Amino acid sequence: MTGGRGGRRWLLVTGLSLLVLPYVPGIDTDFGRSLLTQMAIAAVFALSFNLLFGQTGLLSFGHAVYFGLGGYTAIHVMRAINQGLPLPMVLVPLAGAAGGLLGGLVFGAMTTRRSGTIFALISLGVGELMYAATFMLPRLFGGEEGITASRTRATLHYGVTLDSQLHVYYAVVAWAVVAAMLMYAFTRTPVGRMCNAVRDNPERAEFVGYSAQRVRFIAFAVAGLFAGLAGGLHAINYEIVAADAVSAQRSGTVLIMAYIGGTGQFIGPVLGAIVITWLQSSLSGYTSAWLFYLGVFFIVMILYAPSGVAALIIAHRPIVRSRAFTGVLAAYGIALAPLALAGAGAVFLIEMSYRLSTQPELGTRMRLLWTPLDAASPWPWIIASAALAGGLLLFRASWRLVGAAWDRAGGTAAS
Amino acid sequence: MLELVTISLLNGVVYGLLLFMLSSGLTLIFSMMGVLNFAHASVFMLGAYLSYQCGRWIGFWPALIVAPLLCALAGAVIERYGLRRVHASGHMAEILFTFGLAYVIEELVTMAWGRNAVANNVPSVIDFPLFHVFGSTFPAYKGLMMAMSIAMFVFLYVALRKTRIGLVIQAALTHPRMLSALGHDVPGIFVLVFAIGSGLAGLGGVIGGFMLLTQPTLAQAIGPIVFVVVVVGGLGSLGGALVASLLIGILQTFAVAVDYSLLDLLRTAGIAVARASPIYEVLSIKLATAAPIVPYLMLVLMLIVRPRGLFGTRDV
Repeated sequence: MTGGRGGRRWLLVTGLSLLVLPYVPGIDTDFGRSLLTQMAIAAVFALSFNLLFGQTGLLSFGHAVYFGLGGYTAIHVMRAINQGLPLPMVLVPLAGAAGGLLGGLVFGAMTTRRSGTIFALISLGVGELMYAATFMLPRLFGGEEGITASRTRATLHYGVTLDSQLHVYYAVVAWAVVAAMLMYAFTRTPVGRMCNAVRDNPERAEFVGYSAQRVRFIAFAVAGLFAGLAGGLHAINYEIVAADAVSAQRSGTVLIMAYIGGTGQFIGPVLGAIVITWLQSSLSGYTSAWLFYLGVFFIVMILYAPSGVAALIIAHRPIVRSRAFTGVLAAYGIALAPLALAGAGAVFLIEMSYRLSTQPELGTRMRLLWTPLDAASPWPWIIASAALAGGLLLFRASWRLVGAAWDRAGGTAAS
Repeated sequence: MLELVTISLLNGVVYGLLLFMLSSGLTLIFSMMGVLNFAHASVFMLGAYLSYQCGRWIGFWPALIVAPLLCALAGAVIERYGLRRVHASGHMAEILFTFGLAYVIEELVTMAWGRNAVANNVPSVIDFPLFHVFGSTFPAYKGLMMAMSIAMFVFLYVALRKTRIGLVIQAALTHPRMLSALGHDVPGIFVLVFAIGSGLAGLGGVIGGFMLLTQPTLAQAIGPIVFVVVVVGGLGSLGGALVASLLIGILQTFAVAVDYSLLDLLRTAGIAVARASPIYEVLSIKLATAAPIVPYLMLVLMLIVRPRGLFGTRDV
C-alpha cells in the first residue's frame, strides 16, 4: 500500500480477486465460501486488534469483548428485523459497530487510564467479567446456547438478499473491504499518527501537548467499533451469537493472528487471519493437537521472526528482483529438507502421545502421514525421536547456507 | 449466623492463602525481572500433575520436594533458552512469549495425562481432621497449605529484604551494568529468580492440586484470578499480594454463601421492581451466582478509585 497510483492498482487487483475467488475451482463449494467468509471476518477483527497493539502499543487480552458486544447487538437487531423492523439485513453490521463502539467507550474510559503491562492485565480482567456476565444475564446473552436469528426473514431488501453462502460471502467481503479501507485511513489521520507517537514515546507526546490517555482512549473506541463490526458480520454468517464470542480463547486467537501476520505492517494481521483461519479449519479436523501446533508456531515466530510473516515477505522483495534469487531459493531448499524431517518426527511423537492420552478407546494402531504404525511398540517412538533430533542438528548446520546465500544476494542487489 | 461467618471466614482464608501461593512467585518474578509471567498458573498446574505422578511412584513426602524442584528446573530452562532471547525485544515480547507458553504447557499436560481430570486425591498421611468447628472438620492438608503459604511469605520477605543475595537480586533489575561490573553474574541471577518463582508455583501446585481439580483447564481457571490479585495488591508488592489474596478469598467465599439478590434487598427496604422492568434481570441475580465475577468487579472498582493498587508505589 504505497498510496497514489500504486495503491489504486493494488486495490483494483485485490477487489477483482475477491470477486472471482468464490468461483475458483476447489473453493467454489459452500464449505470453501464459508471458509473465505470466516477469513474476511477474522481479517477485520485482527485489523481492529492491531489498531490497538501495532499502532498504539496497547496489548489487549480481552479484545473479543467488543467483538462479542457487536455480535450480540447485531443478533438482537436481526431478531427485531425478523419480527418486522423495516431495515435491510445487510445493514446489520452497522448495529454491531455501534455495539462495539459503545463497549469501547465504556470500558475504554476506565482501562486506557493505564498502559503497558497493567493495561494488558486489566483487559484480561474485563474479558473474564464479560464472559461470566453472559451466563448471568440469560435474557440478554442467551447463556450457553446463545441467541439465534434468521438472516433471510426481513421485510426490506433493496435487492440484496442473504439466501446463500455466496451472497453472504459478497456481503461480508464488501463490509470487510470498507472496514479495512477506513482503518487504513484512520492510521493516516493526525490522530492515527499521534497513536504511533504515544506508542513510541508517551512522554514526548505529552510534551507536544497531547494527552496520551485521550489518544489511547480514541484508539480504543475506534478499535472497539471495528471489532464490533466484525462481530456483526459473525452474527450474519452464523445466525447465532453465544458466549464463545466473548471468550478468552477468541481474544487469544486474534492476538496470535495479528502477531503471526506481523503487527508492524498494516496488511500483516490480514495475512495472519487468513493463515490461522485456514490452519484452524484444515488441521482441527485431522488432529486434536491443533492448539499445541498453534502454540508452538506462535512461540517460534516470537523467538525467530518477531516482526511476522508480512515483514518476512517484504524482506525478500529486493532479493526476488535480484539475480541471486535462485541461489537463495536453492539454499532454502537444502535447509528446509532436514527441517521437514524434524517436523515429521515431531508430528509423529505428538500425534502418538495424543492418541494414547486422549483417545485410548481408538486403540494404539494408527495411520500417520500415510504410514501405518502401532503406538504401543517402541520403534515408532525411537525412529521419530531420531528424526526430530537428527533433523534439527542437520538444520542448524545447513541454515548457514541460507545466510551465505543471503550475503551473496545482498552483495549483488547492492552492486 | 456465627457458624456461617466462622466457617466462611476460615474457608476464605484457606482460599486466599492458596491464591497467595500462586501470586507470590508471580510477584517475585515481576518485581525482580519486570516480566509478567502468563505461564505462571501453567507451571502451578504442572506442579500439580508432577506431584500426582511422583506421588504414585515415590510417595507424597518425596513428591512434595521433587515436583517443585522439577518445576524450578523447567523455569530455569524457560528463562535461559526462551525469555533471555526475547528480552531484547522488550516487555511486550516477554509477555507474549509466556502467553504462548501457556498454550503449549496446557497441551503438553494433555498429551501426557489426557483431557480428563486425574484422580489426584489427598494422600492419607495428611488427610486427617486437624480440629472441629461447629461440627465440621478442618482437614490437616488445609492446615499444611496455610503453613506453607505463610512460610513462603516469610521466606521471600526475609530473603529479599534482609540478605545479601536479596540485595544483589534487587539491584539486577535496576542497575544491571553496575552489578556485572562488580563481578556478579546478572543473567545467572535472572535464571535463579525465574527458577525460584517457578518452584514456588510448583510447590503451590502440589497442595493446590488437591483442592482444585487437576485437569488441563486448571491454569485457565485460576490464572486470571491470580492476575487480579497482583493488580489489586499493587503490581510487584509482596505484602499487597498477601492482603489482596486474603481479601479476594474471603469476599468470594462469603459471596458464595449469601443467597440473596439486590431485589431481595430492595424488597426489605419496601421497594418493589416490576418483572417487566429492564433492570429486573440484573437485580434478580443472587450474590451466590455472581461470586465468580467478584474479583473482576473489584479490579474495575480498584481501577477507578486507586489505579496503582492497594500497596502499589508507582503507576506502572
